[in-house]
Amino acid sequence: MAKKVIVQANLNDNDTEFLSEPRQSLLEVLRETLALTGTKEGCNDGNCGACTVMVDGRIVNSCLMLAVEAEGKKITTIEGIAQADKLHPLQQSFLEEAALQCGICTPGFIVAAKGLLDREPKADEHRVRHWLAGNLCRCTGYDKIIRAVLKAEKEL
Amino acid sequence: MAEKGAKARALAGGTDLLVQLRVKRYIVDRVVDVKHIAEMNELSYSDSKGLVLGAAVPCYRVYEDKHISAKYPGLYDSASLIGGIQIQTRAGIGGNLANAAPSADAIPSLIALGATANIAGPKGKRSVPVEHFCTGPGKSVLQDGELLVSMSIPPPQAKMGSTYIRFIPRNEMDIAVVGVGVSVVLNGNSIKSARIALASVGPTPIFATEAGNWLTGKAPTEDSVMQAAEAAKKAAKPITDMRGTIEQRIHLVGVLTKRSLLSAITRAKEAR
Repeated sequence: MAKKVIVQANLNDNDTEFLSEPRQSLLEVLRETLALTGTKEGCNDGNCGACTVMVDGRIVNSCLMLAVEAEGKKITTIEGIAQADKLHPLQQSFLEEAALQCGICTPGFIVAAKGLLDREPKADEHRVRHWLAGNLCRCTGYDKIIRAVLKAEKEL
Repeated sequence: MAEKGAKARALAGGTDLLVQLRVKRYIVDRVVDVKHIAEMNELSYSDSKGLVLGAAVPCYRVYEDKHISAKYPGLYDSASLIGGIQIQTRAGIGGNLANAAPSADAIPSLIALGATANIAGPKGKRSVPVEHFCTGPGKSVLQDGELLVSMSIPPPQAKMGSTYIRFIPRNEMDIAVVGVGVSVVLNGNSIKSARIALASVGPTPIFATEAGNWLTGKAPTEDSVMQAAEAAKKAAKPITDMRGTIEQRIHLVGVLTKRSLLSAITRAKEAR
């Protein structure tokens, strides 16, 4: 086992230092070292998007990034989406539109959707569907998720 | 990397490598993050030198680049089709080439645009035309200790258009059943030159030289394009697997060659 490395990153607006083995994925370290279990492991090979986080404002699959690559980066996970005690409009609209059933894919969808709305606050339905193609949901059939994202756009 | 030879791999976007390491396709002692090497992050265009695309430049930088969408639309097509948005933040054209998958979406575009692969290693630097880069599924001319540093694409000729199209069973996020990348240069009312390259119909991406050469001097019409598509079908050597049969794939080569050529001709007419 290789020696652990100290990684400094900004995690959900807090400067953070953590230890990681070079081989560990960002997902593994978020969940197991930093106890941020909101980010979910689905396929662990980049197909499902359940582990989506933002790195320097762009969405990535945290299972396909090594934790040591987070050095100096700004990381946002689902835990950093709500503002103080208030849900983010995306979280609120997911509840109101019943855009989740089992909930495993939901953190990934919300972070991915935030990545879109930060960039393109008026994205149309086609664009939302295209943007979220890297996130899989086996329960909802997607329609409610798309409706929730379009509703959140109006709130923002 | 030279020290560890076959036991070392370069990490750029990691979207292929981390999965391959996890399923133990490669057992390595060293992974080298190449994203901090300036040359590998270069993305520059000039009308005299063309495009230099560092091997670690991720897809989003490719499709957000104004020069690439204007001058090399086929490469833009490929970069915006690889994976989903999450993958495109990390994965790049260089990794797509170095990974040497027969189904790679960027390689047909690179071949169609006449790209060369710039390689550095313990014995120095060398350049290889992209059509000679892949040697088998997951295999390339890269020797142990060698690194793909960048790709160079010559400046587009006047009235040049390029397109990449693939067939997949869903709308996004899938591996090409067949992919076709083409470039066409027009000269008045005839085709000056054309290059056609195919994905997922052989152990490596295939440069269908005869089909492209056949178009030289022909009128840019649907009839010419149909005949070139027939020639491209002869260059395809597909297998039957879970994604498609030999018959379906050969049929698709014809359909996609025709569509991509017609698209590239339209783009060439609009180009300066």
